[in-house]
Amino acid sequence: MNYKAEPLAIGIFVFFVLAVLVISWFFSRKAKSASGYFAAGGKIHWGVNGIAFAGDYLSAASFLGIAGLVAIYGYDGFLYSIGYLAGWMVALFVVAEPLKKLGKYTFADAIDAKFKSRGVILAAAVSTLIVSLFYLIPQMVGAGTLITPLLGLPFEAGVIIVGCVVILIVATAGMASTTWVQFIKGGLLVVFSIVLVIMVLANGLSTSPDQKDTDYHEFITLNVADANSEPLTLEDSSYEVVREFEAGDNTFVKLSKGGIATVWKLDEANNILEETQTITSRAGSPDLYNGAPKEDGKFYQIGNLSEIDGQTDAETGSLGLFSFIKTIKEGTVIRWDTQVITDGADKITVYYQVPTEGADVLIPGQKFKIDPMRGATTADQINFISLMIALFLGTAALPHILIRYYTVPTSAYARKSTIVAVAAIGLFYLLTLYMGLGAMTGGVIDITNNNMSAPLLAKAFGLGIFAVISAIAFSTILGTVSGLIVASSGAVANDLMNKFLKIKMSENKMVLAGRITAVVVGIVAMALGIAFKHMNVSYLVGWAFSVAASANLPAIIMVLFWKRTTSKGVIASIAVGLVAALGLILLSPDTFSQVYQLPSSDAPMPFSQPAIISVPLSFITLVVVSLLTKKDSNNGS
Amino acid sequence: MGHEPATEWQEDKCESFKIKLGLLMIVIYTIVYFAFIVIAVTNPQLMGRDVGSLNLAIAYGFGIIILAIIQALIYTFACSRKEKEAEDAIADKGETD
Repeated sequence: MNYKAEPLAIGIFVFFVLAVLVISWFFSRKAKSASGYFAAGGKIHWGVNGIAFAGDYLSAASFLGIAGLVAIYGYDGFLYSIGYLAGWMVALFVVAEPLKKLGKYTFADAIDAKFKSRGVILAAAVSTLIVSLFYLIPQMVGAGTLITPLLGLPFEAGVIIVGCVVILIVATAGMASTTWVQFIKGGLLVVFSIVLVIMVLANGLSTSPDQKDTDYHEFITLNVADANSEPLTLEDSSYEVVREFEAGDNTFVKLSKGGIATVWKLDEANNILEETQTITSRAGSPDLYNGAPKEDGKFYQIGNLSEIDGQTDAETGSLGLFSFIKTIKEGTVIRWDTQVITDGADKITVYYQVPTEGADVLIPGQKFKIDPMRGATTADQINFISLMIALFLGTAALPHILIRYYTVPTSAYARKSTIVAVAAIGLFYLLTLYMGLGAMTGGVIDITNNNMSAPLLAKAFGLGIFAVISAIAFSTILGTVSGLIVASSGAVANDLMNKFLKIKMSENKMVLAGRITAVVVGIVAMALGIAFKHMNVSYLVGWAFSVAASANLPAIIMVLFWKRTTSKGVIASIAVGLVAALGLILLSPDTFSQVYQLPSSDAPMPFSQPAIISVPLSFITLVVVSLLTKKDSNNGS
Repeated sequence: MGHEPATEWQEDKCESFKIKLGLLMIVIYTIVYFAFIVIAVTNPQLMGRDVGSLNLAIAYGFGIIILAIIQALIYTFACSRKEKEAEDAIADKGETD
């Protein structure tokens, strides 16, 4: 896709960033003391804190990732919505109350309140740092992929802009500013998601979803005259048949017309060639998009219904929340799949149409295979279960979520904040399904980057709302990143330096140490964001959740509910959880194919989501080690 | 001085009520959540069954989200009432002393 900078988008974006910085500066005076820096002095209204909670949680992954996944896979993206919210329930019902009583500033503090052990502090701080870094990577990747269409700048520029702005916010002001930033951002995100869904419903569904400024590109077919001749021949003789490719179960045919090479997919049953979209990577020269240079704009946005109510050329007019789903359920959706083929020295990525019954995109199964009748193996099913467990248990263990329990003065406040957050997040997650399906059927998807689906859906309704949504998405990342960096700087300054290394510091020096850490973590995050440029955002978030659930959750739960937990048990559990989750991820089929570029069948693990193994392992380790070490640990409560 | 054990006791009673209620809530929620996973894995076709204009997968998904909000409200309301009762009890005891 071609993206060019729009002055309006730039104007709104700059306005947002400046507004965020001004708010940050305004509240910076409240952050003079250490408690002010790390936990906003416990003086923030529970309603504000609740929306800020939501703002923390509705990260780039929620907004961009889920909408993008739904747009490509249908219901399977919505599984993340269900799982992310379920995670909140664990945090609210199980962890919030007891933890509020224990904690001071950080996850490490909370665990440490029971044990005066330097080992526990070290383990918890290291785990906080690793989980924060893992969660930072997708945020940074999201920032980079957003900035391209928004400002027409390269990916790296987006990562560096986010990094610098966040470092500036965190290093100058700390938590007070980020709570207000999160509040504004969380509120706007929910409000504009509602606006967007209303627009989607008002617009209705169409087999040919035109956009405001461009018509939908109708993909055509060519009739095959003789499929058995070598090479095959076409009825339309203006195309020259270049060669055929066998790839996977598909046959692709390269044609040439007017000097432009295109690739088509052979449909043997109907004896036709279907138009595909291609990106050709050539050594030493720029990529070709559908056979032409990128500037020609030949690469189209996609996603539509091929049939509505049995009609191939139909339009519904405005729809309701239920009739929208019903229309898709009874229609046929064009999904797109990918195949890479090699043509001499060139590598061609082919995107081809997969007509899918609407009913099938509204149940699980397009991304996470679960039905043995459709080829799902036991490993596929375990993978699905494991993902749902990681989402369920991951939230309560994320360091930047936990830290906000300490930003209000009492348990009642923490609870009220969480209710506000649950309501806002729940509403938002209901909306993600509609935004995703709106993109899936609205002809707006950039198949090379599904993370852009929600902003591009907005663009279909006009540049103004596109600019606003993009700016909100960008500030979403800004807010999440600053929350994570505060959590990391707390782990280093408060836990590692102050408590583990026992460096005596004045309050001012601790704040300074926190700020220096924020700068360092920010720079590391920028580097990782650029390094992981090509990785899928939601995949990276899955990592962060699995690692958090494995490393932190057993320790939190057992410290709160099992009196015989010992400090050594906690240390062992965190260490085993971290190593097991990381190890399983590094050995998984997804990592083999997406990171190492090796065949996924070479991976020693049959499935990619580690939680189903690493979480129980971490629990068992904690129990066993605690029972073995109970004698030499009398300092528990 | 005489008030301190009573206050502590009320506090503890309140805490254990909140923790027990929280555990009850999470057990209910966990059953509903994992029932979804069990259905999805053991009987995937059932997920496509019509539920009004929606199908079971979407209706169940919406249901889990709405259940979360309702349970969160009940929990907060119950905890706040219990805390208030505890405070009132302390206040009453203070008056009668």
